[in-house]
Amino acid sequence: MKAFDYIRATSVAEAVEAAARPGAAYLAAGTNLVDLMKGGISRPDTLVDITRLPGLDRIERGADGATRIGALVRNAALAHDVSIARRYPALAEALLSGASGQLRNAATTAGNVLQRTRCQYFYDTASACNKRDPGAGCAALGGVTRSHAVLGWSEHCIATHPSDFCVPLAALDATVEIEGPGGARSVPLEAFHRLPGDTPERETILEPGDLVVAVTLPPEAEHFAGHSRYLKVRERTSYAFAVVSAAVGLRMDGDRIGEARIALGSVALKPWRAREAERLLAGAAPTPETFARAAEAALADARPSGDNAYKIELARRIVVRALTLAAAGTPERVPALPASPFAASPFAPLTPSAGAPAHA
Amino acid sequence: MSFSITLTVNGAARSIVLEDARVTLLDLLRERLDLTGAKKGCDRGQCGACTVLIDGVRVNACLALAVSHDGASITTIEGLAEGDALHPVQAAFLEYDGFQCGFCTPGQILSAVGLIQEGQTGGDPERVREGMSGNLCRCGAYAGITQAVLAAHTAITGPDVLPGRQLAEDAA
Amino acid sequence: MPERQRHGASIGQPLTRRDGHAKITGAARYSADFRPEGLAHAVMAVSAVARGRVTHLDVAAAEAHPGVIAVMTPENAPKLAKSPDLKDNPFAFRLDLLQNDGVRYANQPIAVVVAETLEAATEGAALLAPRYESEAVSVALGAGEVFSPETIGAGSATDEGSGDIAAGMAAAETRIEATYDTAAQYHNALEPHSSVAEWDGDRLTLHTPTQALWIAKGRLAGLFGIPPENIHVVCHYLGGGFGSKGFVTAPQILGIMAAKLIGRPVKLVTRREQMFGPVGHRAATRQTLKLGATRDGTLTALDHHTLTLTSQHDDFVEPSGILSRHLYAAGAIATTHAVSRADIGTPIFMRAPGEASGSVAVESALDELALELDLDPLEIRLRNYAEVEPISHRPFSSKALRECYAQGAERFGWASRPRQPRQMRDADGLLVGWGLGTATYPAGMMQGEARATLRADGTGLIETAAQDMGQGAWTVLAQIGADGLGLPIDRIELRIGDSNLPNGGLAGGSTGTATSGTAVDNAAKGAIAALAELAVNDRASPLYGAGNAGVTAADGRLARRDDPARSESFGEILARAGRTSVEAKGQGQGDPAAQKTYAMHAHGAVYAEVKVDPDLGQIRVTRLVGAFAAGRIINPHLVRSQYYGGMIWGVSLALHEHAVLDPRSGRVMNGNLAEYHIPVNADVPSMEAILVEEHDPHVNPLGIKGVGEIGITGTAGAIANAVWHATGVRVRDIPITLDRLLG
Repeated sequence: MKAFDYIRATSVAEAVEAAARPGAAYLAAGTNLVDLMKGGISRPDTLVDITRLPGLDRIERGADGATRIGALVRNAALAHDVSIARRYPALAEALLSGASGQLRNAATTAGNVLQRTRCQYFYDTASACNKRDPGAGCAALGGVTRSHAVLGWSEHCIATHPSDFCVPLAALDATVEIEGPGGARSVPLEAFHRLPGDTPERETILEPGDLVVAVTLPPEAEHFAGHSRYLKVRERTSYAFAVVSAAVGLRMDGDRIGEARIALGSVALKPWRAREAERLLAGAAPTPETFARAAEAALADARPSGDNAYKIELARRIVVRALTLAAAGTPERVPALPASPFAASPFAPLTPSAGAPAHA
Repeated sequence: MSFSITLTVNGAARSIVLEDARVTLLDLLRERLDLTGAKKGCDRGQCGACTVLIDGVRVNACLALAVSHDGASITTIEGLAEGDALHPVQAAFLEYDGFQCGFCTPGQILSAVGLIQEGQTGGDPERVREGMSGNLCRCGAYAGITQAVLAAHTAITGPDVLPGRQLAEDAA
Repeated sequence: MPERQRHGASIGQPLTRRDGHAKITGAARYSADFRPEGLAHAVMAVSAVARGRVTHLDVAAAEAHPGVIAVMTPENAPKLAKSPDLKDNPFAFRLDLLQNDGVRYANQPIAVVVAETLEAATEGAALLAPRYESEAVSVALGAGEVFSPETIGAGSATDEGSGDIAAGMAAAETRIEATYDTAAQYHNALEPHSSVAEWDGDRLTLHTPTQALWIAKGRLAGLFGIPPENIHVVCHYLGGGFGSKGFVTAPQILGIMAAKLIGRPVKLVTRREQMFGPVGHRAATRQTLKLGATRDGTLTALDHHTLTLTSQHDDFVEPSGILSRHLYAAGAIATTHAVSRADIGTPIFMRAPGEASGSVAVESALDELALELDLDPLEIRLRNYAEVEPISHRPFSSKALRECYAQGAERFGWASRPRQPRQMRDADGLLVGWGLGTATYPAGMMQGEARATLRADGTGLIETAAQDMGQGAWTVLAQIGADGLGLPIDRIELRIGDSNLPNGGLAGGSTGTATSGTAVDNAAKGAIAALAELAVNDRASPLYGAGNAGVTAADGRLARRDDPARSESFGEILARAGRTSVEAKGQGQGDPAAQKTYAMHAHGAVYAEVKVDPDLGQIRVTRLVGAFAAGRIINPHLVRSQYYGGMIWGVSLALHEHAVLDPRSGRVMNGNLAEYHIPVNADVPSMEAILVEEHDPHVNPLGIKGVGEIGITGTAGAIANAVWHATGVRVRDIPITLDRLLG
């Protein structure tokens, strides 16, 4: 790890000023940044420690029904907040399906939003990577690509965004509050992360010195509380990044879908909002056929970036399943295995006779 | 550039001068404070062997920069027992053989202490398994670990919890 | 569970670990926990390329980093007394110790940076910014020239068989042929390879994790040109080995060299990502099984061919076909191995080498045959039950496999399994499948020695340079010593894990307890004989004239066998003789005559239940029942843990572990514990191990077979078969991944 200057900021203004200089980075829990520094992927000259900034560790409910989550609220605290779990159950489920108990206790809201890709070629400093070294090329292309993007990728970068938390945030129209050298501003989460295009090194819209201070859920985000799920397919039961995930929220209008929200995770360099699929579902009955059409629409633009065509079909099926689960209603409590296909009841008894499929 | 910090380590106040801001809490404990119970299995937050409690909360010490935790209270495996009296989690790990080589064990035990403290499992074996999944055990002592955590959970919170599913081995 | 097989006051008792208190309190010190005075920290730099040579290292940049003491490169690395490429014994693997600038695989050590702090050494290593002259690489199975190796595994015959395979196939009424791929796996003990080395002139004190103290000592003595007795290796606690610490590896030796270079104690700890190359792995295999059978399921031919990989520079060959020489009766058997070279680190022994990768293929193939024949998987295994060892025709020293099948089946509820796949769902609609695999592992012995001492204070001392890597040596050797010395276990002091003690052999190959245990038992009996000699020749003793055969030792007293009332405490005998102690040495090794006469193997049957999401393909093992027969069980509590551990390795082999190499660079792209998956707690919901009674009068006097490796075998195949049973999809690429099940 490169030696760095350490500055402990006591106010947002002080932090922003310190971090505006070249080579500076904000340090919160460090669960991602310290890992990247140990791997030589990030080599900041200065760390601006924001963990002591006052007021950023609160969850606040506005008079209008919006919920403002401070940048330093820990993932575990957020997931276990009773109000969060009740109003935005998919958010709690997504948080609890990520990483491990220890990491969730440390990792912060802003850190999660800003976490960087797990692309092996990004992590492997001996490989060419346009993110690390603009113009160097993308060694992932033609390499080991089972986990890479199927939506929104370019020939410059096929990495994916690994966050679970950001997927329901995108579905729920969250906004990111930023303080920077130019003052404060808010940006929809959907516009916060950038697709790679020909500048994959620019991962978000943040400018030097910009500090994420909060993430806000708008009042209507809680309208989906009764029919919300996060579903995450993994290659082991826990402590694994998603192969593909989906966050789904339905606002039911009698026996029809009033409004649907769908976002996919680990398919693109940002959480992927499936707006066309949402439009198809609005006003429709929650039937398997409708869900299948929505899934087709959600993946209509997908194309493999390598040996990962299976992710497209898997994503379709995850959309169908997540919609099916959401339509059935949010479970009373976050399942024992959050977001897992085995969440429902892992020790459900056997049905000895030839089984009638229980799934749609 | 050096940094002076204070930590409470296993109940004792320590004034520490860090000559280098790069020092992680894990390396501070292991290489400078001679508390080698916390182990370095991956150094990247991927195995849980370095788990300690910071202000009572379980975290990976390998990803925590020491300088950022100025003022914190740290509990390591060396500070868990009260004199000769083992912590209930320690006693349960011994009784249920929740380890083999023992390398991941301090992290497993601290993680279990933190998990029980978090109060989210209700003594449900499936929630315990999920909650302990941030601690890899390459020897494969998971069955004993789960039993130990369940037993310790009962010992600490009392039997007034959700009835745990009878584990197969108990019935065997 | 009622504990069976209680054979003595201590042997057979389910005691908790004697080293447990140290491990649960953090008092147990592993190699990297030692910090001698004046310690410096060393960090390796490893190669980014897989073939070529290092042309430049920015040594100046590293040296300029504050705190850096020295940079060790081929320019200044201490020259060794022997080439590390010299293969002067079968277990001497070629090592990369900075003796030249060549690169033979990715992650090969190319330099070591030593500094006052770990932080400085780590950054110093990063600043070396190596440049290379690299050559095209080849890492794929079968890409290089395929040849027949001289031997496989630890010197076993490359090809072996019996009968006429072609005739067997011709006689068959049903035939299957299938090819199974198993992935490259890396041991990844949670404790990284490390050394804390301190030189005093030409004497070396070394804390390093090793499964074989004396083998390590011998290897190091050769490399450094000093007598073995000048080397003191200490390893009281070993954080997992699984074969990767059987032989001392390059990183461990580089730490010793660095200490020599700077004249100070040095600690070198391998970084996790550096463990994917220089410390061994299980090579990928491609196994082709051709089975022929009559309509009733009797095998007329079993042809098991293995293609695997080894490194460009050494010769370990994964012996996947060996188990087909021992397991199923067949009219004709052929087991053959071929290998090609690749630009990879040398593969070595990894928990159940050969048996693990071979078992998943054989057990899968047998189920594929059973399907063709419409036979229950258990039935086809019983139909081909080997009453004698198939190729050698030797009788088994003991074999309670039938009981394992039966007890496991009963406990699991196997009888209600539908024959056809995709027949079972749970209440949530998840597909449920059941599978079976036969477990088998040889009951071998190495050579070891122990010393037992009876002391006047009524305590006993057992000493042997054995290691405990989690299998329980700290406990079971004390149990054996206690019964051998006729003392309660709390009066036994055990010393292991130190190379100054008598040679304890190797904790590996499931031979540790059998070998060290036999040595301890013999030593203890020798000490009792020496004590009895004192008593029966002493007119003042109530045992006078009893003769050696006429006394028994129990609870700290010797008694006349014909009159137990006439007895005397050990202390009284020693005191009268004016002795403070008596001691004896004992050997542990196999009996060549018995080994020639009998085939010696442990056996078992593993039943697995998996659930598979019918749409999403995600798999979870929900239940494992293993029934194992492995001779006398010294400590059922710890043996059960060994079985569980092995079974979880079987889960890992079947569903998780898979090192992914980029074929262009030869680099391991998932060389970390986030993406090189081993099971987590939630992957292992419910396990049961049944300890099947088995008495073996031939393996060794105590009747001990090893239990450390057998649990993997059978399990991986049972899971693969259960996945088929759940889904109807036969996946022949191991590990089975969800993309294969999307249909």
